[in-house]
Amino acid sequence: MTRYAMAVDTVRCVGCSACVLACAEENQLPEDAYRCWITTETRGKFPVLTQEIRSERCNHCTDAPCVTACPTGASQVTIGGIVVVDHEMCTGCKACMGACPYDARYVHPDGYIDKCTFCVHRVERGLDPACVANCPTKALIFGDLDDPKSPVARLTVERKSKVNKPESGADPNVVFLI
Amino acid sequence: MNEIDVIRTNHLVDPALHIWGWEVPVYLFLGGLAAGVMIATALIAAAMPLRQRSAALRWLPFAAPVALSLGMGALFLDLEHKAYVWRFYAALRLTSPMSWGAWILLGIYPATLLLGLASLTDQDLARLQRFLPGPLSRWAAGAQSWAQHRELGLRSVNVVLGLGLGVYTGVLLGAMGARAVWNSALLGPLFLTSGASAGAAFLLLFRLADHERRELARWDRLALLVELGLIALFLVGLLNGSAQAQAGAHQLLGGRFTAQFWALVVVAGLAVPWFLATFEAKKHSRPTMAAPLLVLVGGLSLRWILVAAGQA
Repeated sequence: MTRYAMAVDTVRCVGCSACVLACAEENQLPEDAYRCWITTETRGKFPVLTQEIRSERCNHCTDAPCVTACPTGASQVTIGGIVVVDHEMCTGCKACMGACPYDARYVHPDGYIDKCTFCVHRVERGLDPACVANCPTKALIFGDLDDPKSPVARLTVERKSKVNKPESGADPNVVFLI
Repeated sequence: MNEIDVIRTNHLVDPALHIWGWEVPVYLFLGGLAAGVMIATALIAAAMPLRQRSAALRWLPFAAPVALSLGMGALFLDLEHKAYVWRFYAALRLTSPMSWGAWILLGIYPATLLLGLASLTDQDLARLQRFLPGPLSRWAAGAQSWAQHRELGLRSVNVVLGLGLGVYTGVLLGAMGARAVWNSALLGPLFLTSGASAGAAFLLLFRLADHERRELARWDRLALLVELGLIALFLVGLLNGSAQAQAGAHQLLGGRFTAQFWALVVVAGLAVPWFLATFEAKKHSRPTMAAPLLVLVGGLSLRWILVAAGQA
């Protein structure tokens, strides 16, 4: 079975925000709304410091709490485990926002809840999500985690990796290569 | 040292994680109060025949749908896509407490209105009919006759739906694993008990007969003690939970919400009204409205503070 996932290479990511802007452009997001963002984590004490830069977004969790919390079925799982929101079914009750461990959702000015879709409209045409296609350092890798030959499956085995908030129990599908 | 900097220029999400404003705690409070009124009026009516009930107690079952409607009005204001409110009733999703809660709310209106009608004497009904248009007035008479023959069943339905509504107001928050302060199975019983005491306190604000007042005050005192115990268990549960849960507990034990929580919920909303009510009962002194009003303030504060703490 197909399980779409994204690997974020934290060694390659420079935090240029090209992914953020490509996403906003591709998905025609309203002003000031973004579906992905950059997190910079600095550890240590000067002068011994390490820094990790991560391009973050909805984790399209395998056990997505937003989907179970949604009272109308607007938050749903589509092809390859991608989690989407059906705008026509969403009441804007924000139960999914309360349930999301990653705070990956926001209220769209049109009244529905919006978030990253892994650019499912592109994936259906065999294309990579806009953020992946536009990353200048090739830090974002998208593919089928259940296909052992796919780059994303291979990299998550070959490289040391982690996920955000593994304690959420949601089994996130955005993996950070470290 | 570990410093995390997030570049996410979305003013709708950042920097606060606040998603629910005043509407949700007000709804949870009024929903709990409605549940308490349903349970209290159904149970107290079981102990006394209709002719022994005061006028206030005969009319008060109607307070539950009124309180619930006000609460649902607040909830409606919170919806971002108000025109799609009907979507709640186009699906029943058992994994979503909000979904089955929406369906419970739908069952509460006929149950409370019929119990209200069953509690009225013929003179009460005649008074009510004066305010109702013709067809509705005839329907009320027919419904009252139907309901009075089934009062026992209606009381049971009201108790079951009241318990469901009271628990649901807590489970709504408790099911959110992402918010450590809310993620406790004890929130269901805690909000149910708080709703039960708020419902009894609300009824005590009206001109009840002495025996009704004594019964409700006894009920309220017991609910306050159970609530105090549940709050203690809730905090112990958080303190023994994950690092996130412990951080949540510290918001109420030394952190940002400590003063409000202890002053408004524990002291003013539970301890003081319990002592006042116990003193009034022991000394047979004239009851005042102070204890019930404090219980209501405490009930609203509990929900307000917990909703805010889960989003801080």
